[in-house]
Amino acid sequence: MILGSIYLLHVKDLLSAVIAYGIVGFGLVICFLLLNAPDLAIIQIVVETITLIIMIAVILNTTRKELDIQTDRSRIFTFIAAIILLGGFTYYFIVVTGSLNAFGDHYLRMSESYVNYGADKTGSINLVTGVLLDYRAYDTLGEATILFTAAIGVLTVLRLKGKK
Amino acid sequence: MTIIVKKVTQLVSGAIFLFGIYILVHGHLTPGGGFAGGALIAGAFILLILSYGSDYLKLVDKEKGSALTESVAIFGFLLFAAAGLLFGLKTFFYNFLPTGEIGKINSAGIIPFCNVLIGIEVAAALLSIFYAFLIYKEEVQK
Repeated sequence: MILGSIYLLHVKDLLSAVIAYGIVGFGLVICFLLLNAPDLAIIQIVVETITLIIMIAVILNTTRKELDIQTDRSRIFTFIAAIILLGGFTYYFIVVTGSLNAFGDHYLRMSESYVNYGADKTGSINLVTGVLLDYRAYDTLGEATILFTAAIGVLTVLRLKGKK
Repeated sequence: MTIIVKKVTQLVSGAIFLFGIYILVHGHLTPGGGFAGGALIAGAFILLILSYGSDYLKLVDKEKGSALTESVAIFGFLLFAAAGLLFGLKTFFYNFLPTGEIGKINSAGIIPFCNVLIGIEVAAALLSIFYAFLIYKEEVQK
């Protein structure tokens, strides 16, 4: 996945970049499966495929070349700033991950009651759906609204431009 | 597309559609749920459109239909949410139907209905975005 994302940033051909993006996405699917999250894995694999189809269609219909962006003379400054930021964040995350518990050994304050009584209270065996549509139904409503708004926005922009 | 792609699409797309419906309806029993099932259903339609070409289906009518379906589905989801205010406890998203026997398909109160409605909404939204891109391409080429 890391190799795919680095290649994605530096390749010139946009079609190769999209395929490297697909490598990253499907690697994420394997990560979800290894972490015992089949719900997320199903969603990720389907949405990844649809996104790849749409992006490849867009690239085949427009252009395959990346824009040439001129590098100005302050390049050394940005390089040094990037190195400093990278070093700082790496140190910070090393310190933070050092203070975590061991993997799979979390604090279970609220989730204990979800895991123990969730099936009885919501009546759904799949705990993810139980949490998604009963305890956290507001989040699901927000997600659905976001998707609705995205579809409306795409329709508005594309139809206005298409009719011109 | 070639005849191989068309034949394979004929064989596969129905199975994908049925699998999407299965994931939708069994959302409270097995992994998956509204989003996954809806995306699968949209994927079956997108596969058909990609293999048979865009002028095979009357695009504009389909787009109107999918946009209408999407709006109706999210409105139904909101109605189910607000129905919790009418029946039982006065809370938004109250699970007012009886939860039934755990593990059966007709259990879990309003969760299956919400799952199906979200699935329809997701499928229609993804499809209408795809239709919008296709129609844009056709209108630009004219």
